[in-house]
Amino acid sequence: MQDIIIETIDAEYTYQNHDYPVMAVDGVSMSVRQGEFIVVLGRNGSGKSTFARLLNALITPDSGKVIVLGMDSAKEENTWEIRKNVGMIFQNPDNQIVGTTVVEDVAFGPENLGVPPAEIKKRVVQALRDVGIYALMERAPHMLSGGQKQKVAIAGVLAMKPSCIILDESTSMLDPIGRKEVLDAIVQLNKKENLTVIHITHHMDEACLADRVIVVENGRIVSQGTPSEVFSDVEKIEGLGLDVPQVTRLMYNLRKAGLVNETGIITVDQAAERLGRLLG
Amino acid sequence: MIKPRKGWAVSLDKIISMRNVNYTYMKNSPLEKQAVFDISLDVEKGEFLAIIGHTGSGKSTLVQHLNGLIKPDSGTITVAGMPTKGKGLKELRRKVGIVFQYPEHQLFEETIYKDIEFGLLKQGIEAKERERRVRETAAVLELSDEILAKSPYELSGGQKRRAAIAGILVLEPEILILDEPAAGLDPAGTRELFDIVTSLYKEKHITVILVSHSMELVAEYASRIIVMNEGRIVIDGSPGEIFMQAEYLEKIGLGVPQITKLMARLSEFCPGIRRDIFSVRAAETEIMRCLGGGK
Amino acid sequence: MIRNITLGQYLPGSSPLHRADPRTKIIITMMFMVLLFIINSIWALLAAFVFVTAAFKIAHIPFKFAIKGVRPVLYIILFTVVLNMFLTEGKVLVNLGFAKITEEGLLLAAIVSLRVFMLIASASIMTYTSTPIMLTDGIEKLLALLKKIKVPVHEMAMMMTIALRFIPTLIDETDKIMKAQAARGADIGTGNVFERAKSFIPILIPLFVSSFRRADDLAIAMEARCYRGSEGRTSMRVLKYGRIDVAIFLSFCIICAGILMIHYLI
Repeated sequence: MQDIIIETIDAEYTYQNHDYPVMAVDGVSMSVRQGEFIVVLGRNGSGKSTFARLLNALITPDSGKVIVLGMDSAKEENTWEIRKNVGMIFQNPDNQIVGTTVVEDVAFGPENLGVPPAEIKKRVVQALRDVGIYALMERAPHMLSGGQKQKVAIAGVLAMKPSCIILDESTSMLDPIGRKEVLDAIVQLNKKENLTVIHITHHMDEACLADRVIVVENGRIVSQGTPSEVFSDVEKIEGLGLDVPQVTRLMYNLRKAGLVNETGIITVDQAAERLGRLLG
Repeated sequence: MIKPRKGWAVSLDKIISMRNVNYTYMKNSPLEKQAVFDISLDVEKGEFLAIIGHTGSGKSTLVQHLNGLIKPDSGTITVAGMPTKGKGLKELRRKVGIVFQYPEHQLFEETIYKDIEFGLLKQGIEAKERERRVRETAAVLELSDEILAKSPYELSGGQKRRAAIAGILVLEPEILILDEPAAGLDPAGTRELFDIVTSLYKEKHITVILVSHSMELVAEYASRIIVMNEGRIVIDGSPGEIFMQAEYLEKIGLGVPQITKLMARLSEFCPGIRRDIFSVRAAETEIMRCLGGGK
Repeated sequence: MIRNITLGQYLPGSSPLHRADPRTKIIITMMFMVLLFIINSIWALLAAFVFVTAAFKIAHIPFKFAIKGVRPVLYIILFTVVLNMFLTEGKVLVNLGFAKITEEGLLLAAIVSLRVFMLIASASIMTYTSTPIMLTDGIEKLLALLKKIKVPVHEMAMMMTIALRFIPTLIDETDKIMKAQAARGADIGTGNVFERAKSFIPILIPLFVSSFRRADDLAIAMEARCYRGSEGRTSMRVLKYGRIDVAIFLSFCIICAGILMIHYLI
């Protein structure tokens, strides 16, 4: 049994707008195990970003609990330790880089933690290598592509030696090349360094990379499981305003026509193999 | 869905004609970068043209030439019968509406109504006509009276996006250019927006140019696709023709739809299977056909 | 449209001046500026000029960059030169009838222009050889004493860093908004003064809104990265006086002494 590093128990969070309160997270209970790759899928406004912010103590639940590495996020003395352990990458690549060069920005986190200078240097170099942007070290942020900027942000978090990294719609403003760059980096960190990843997105193709997909709607978890389990219920997912992979949709149609029996096919390989048998 | 093809065009008038256009950013500086190379392009009236390419391929630079925001270093451009420089620039900008990426960032008036009206005021159109146009455009973009009275900062992302597009559409352009209009929207929001654009295209017969890097989306809506890479047009054809070159597209960093990849794989088992397919519906029909023919 | 503005004066290099501690450079530059105001003999100023030229040589920066820095104030220099040349009483060299050029005037013009030129050149050699962040760091460290009397030195330095970081981003953004508004018929900067001022509203409001949004995003991102002011914070870049600083400082002192000697003796 792997260790549980994050646990939420009936967590609720309501935004107190001036005219009316909006309940963004409505009683979510879930847990994250060390080394997992979780994708949280949901429409805009489904509460998925608010949920992410609960996980690193940027906000604390109105009721219920969020426990990170045994620490209750509601207790103020735990705030910094939780944020150090749960790193967060945000949506807009421009608005999260503080330094005027890549290397300065990556050093920002460990500097805040009071890490000794020599150790910071080591960590920065390692983090830049881990995400593959060592060569861009001296560049100014505005000279980077969107994907590269997000990788700088990832390196900045890695240099703090977190147990878990959350990407809060960090691919939504990127073009396909940038998205692929960021995802490749994340998948590699997850596989090689056993880093726990929680990736929040509305791109279903990114969800296919996950160990576990959590679908959120109106602040609640409405579906959960492996990508193929979740996408098997084509009607439910599409009813939530989300997409399923094209091949899943195709297999679903063919199944309705009585041509195949399988559900849960999400990749081209799986579909080609199955349809190959049908056609061959 | 019936796909409007090239032949569907209402008339065969050339509405855009570009000849040997070159443009370089920050000329004579260390950061000098040529963005488009020797582009020649004709667009017919009533086409739904998609320009595909990744960031830095020159696609945004190309479309900014069409209303004179950027003037070419060399080459000639005629849009709606007008050159893109000199006196008629204002008139040209009325005919060519460009919706930039994240257009909601340009909203600035107190209410959505006023913001949509802005361009009309600038043109000196009289009050009654302004009101008629604002209301009509708002209806097309599904913006209720309640929304029109609100400040931009009270709206959701999708609503703001539509309000900003209304600010362009209200000018009744002959050519509507949308630069990555679905950026940041979720799948349902994207679909809503594209359905609106498609209905506009069909009902009002305006020429639509869609700049995007999303292949799957574009394939579904466009009648013609241009692929740009490193400042040049590298492919020009119907969606089917474009996706026949899946390998090349992937080589230059553009994804092809899952279905297209699948069809390529299936051709191993069923050599006669069509590969120029990019929608689930078409794939289903084609697989059925192969099964029927095989047995 | 306004993208052609280039920012950041730093010219990367590995000369001794590039490697020196920013504090050394800041102090030397300040001392040199004071010196420039003390000396008023043309010979001493020429000696100082030789020193500035040598500094550019040592930093491997072409001298034309010194001239580039002066360009914005060129007219002010020319104006003072002309003024001094014609309006100083003394031995007449050329008499144009309505005005005369005097020997003293010529000398004064030379002194004033040399002085202004060197003030700028010495400041620019500092910015050419140090990144903005090095200078911010240097200033922060030099002002450390002020911390004791509760001046928020760290916060000020952080603000400067963030400003430097976001200037190019905001320039880009302004460019985008200008284009978007132009596309819907806004004419920016035309008409009479009142209309012109009004025409900037469609640019300024979105720009402000987006800056606030960026500030908000950035604040959250900084918090998520455990930023809590200067407390318990370390810095990756440790400023350390090295042998190079001692060498530079000593040679500077000797040169200063030399220039002062020329000033007093000749």
